[in-house]
Amino acid sequence: MDILVEQFFNVEIAHKVLPLLLRGLGTTLWLCLIVIPLGLIGGLAVALATTSLRRALRWPAVALVDFFRAIPPLVLLVLLYSGLPFAGVRLTPIEAVALGLGLNTSSYFGEIYRAGIESVGRGQWEAARSTGLGPLQTLRFVVLPQAVRNVLPDLVSNTVEVVKLTSIASVVSFPDLLYSADMARSLTYNQTPVVLAALIYLAILWPLVRLVSHLERRVAV
Amino acid sequence: MSNWQRFLETFFDPAMLAKYWPAILKGMAVTLELGIAVVVTGLGLGLALACIRSYRWRVLNWLIVMLVDAFRALPPLVAILLLYFGLPNVGINLSSFAVLWLVLSLVLAAFSEEIIWAGITSTSKGQWEAARSTGLTFSQTLVWIILPQAIRLGVPPLTNRTIAIVKNTALGTVIGVPEILNQATTAQSFTGNATPLMMGAIAYLVLFIPVVVAGRWIETRFAWKRA
Repeated sequence: MDILVEQFFNVEIAHKVLPLLLRGLGTTLWLCLIVIPLGLIGGLAVALATTSLRRALRWPAVALVDFFRAIPPLVLLVLLYSGLPFAGVRLTPIEAVALGLGLNTSSYFGEIYRAGIESVGRGQWEAARSTGLGPLQTLRFVVLPQAVRNVLPDLVSNTVEVVKLTSIASVVSFPDLLYSADMARSLTYNQTPVVLAALIYLAILWPLVRLVSHLERRVAV
Repeated sequence: MSNWQRFLETFFDPAMLAKYWPAILKGMAVTLELGIAVVVTGLGLGLALACIRSYRWRVLNWLIVMLVDAFRALPPLVAILLLYFGLPNVGINLSSFAVLWLVLSLVLAAFSEEIIWAGITSTSKGQWEAARSTGLTFSQTLVWIILPQAIRLGVPPLTNRTIAIVKNTALGTVIGVPEILNQATTAQSFTGNATPLMMGAIAYLVLFIPVVVAGRWIETRFAWKRA
């Protein structure tokens, strides 16, 4: 029992590493503020392409989405960070992380938007267009509001996934929350920093997970 | 040397391809093995937890919800590092393969429990009552009437989740599981050439593109038709 407390819940060490972890948390949140909007906007573009009636647009978009859904995000990250320099393109860690996670996340958000847009039905497009609304107006005022409402639980759930996903940036030495905790662990020979990081992730994401469950129940009824 | 040749030399060097394909192939075998193990235990455990939850024993349900919420909220890499470096301190020594399998199984169990449970709660009360009134016991009703519908309803989201979680086997590279990414980065650090990385990426595509395409098909096949 003593060893457990000493190794995993060491108050002294927790106190010492907390400022470092909070700085890491700041970096994680900052990364989320880049990647989540990137995914939400990129995803919308992807969804418009994959629901397009034009084959020349739809097929390449579907192929791209499948590509990014088949390749593990960590592999993409390593490719961008360690592979691209061989082609003479040297990305900074933040550029590689934002690009890799942005591409991956856009594909997932894209699939969710697509399901939402398809749930609205073509008849609504036609009705809206026939009242004189332009294509963009139809999208903005008729289709998207309903589409987003229909897939809201999935959008929130995927946002949780994005926040969790940012932790893999630590593998390419991006100084996020997990990286800071892992650094502190190897310096102190103690597991407390990682336990603390886990608790911080839980504190942020657990309410969101509850929200997802709540939204899912409401939509299901 | 033209640019094109230099590109091929850097990313698809034939000598490297010849030298490292056995390593990448070995990595594919490990990834496949892990993937299958995670799918079997993860989905099995998720199904079992959803069934136990439908008996509505208060304390047990509370524990299940805690476990499920924790593994839905925690980034898998955090759990992997915590178990891999933490467990030896309490006298439990698991191999890196076992840690990765355990963590990803628990994550998949958490998500699949939620999905199957959502399916169970969405079947109407009348179905339970009708089944019970024909003389089926609670457990029989659950297994023969409710679960087939709940699982069918959950197939599209389950497929998506399963693919996403199995892809996380790449996280094993961080603790030295000799899967594809690990083999590729190891080879790359020896050669100073990008070919092994490209081979790794292609190996993932070979394994996962068919699964993703099959997932798309399953999604339309099992989708509930909306008016």
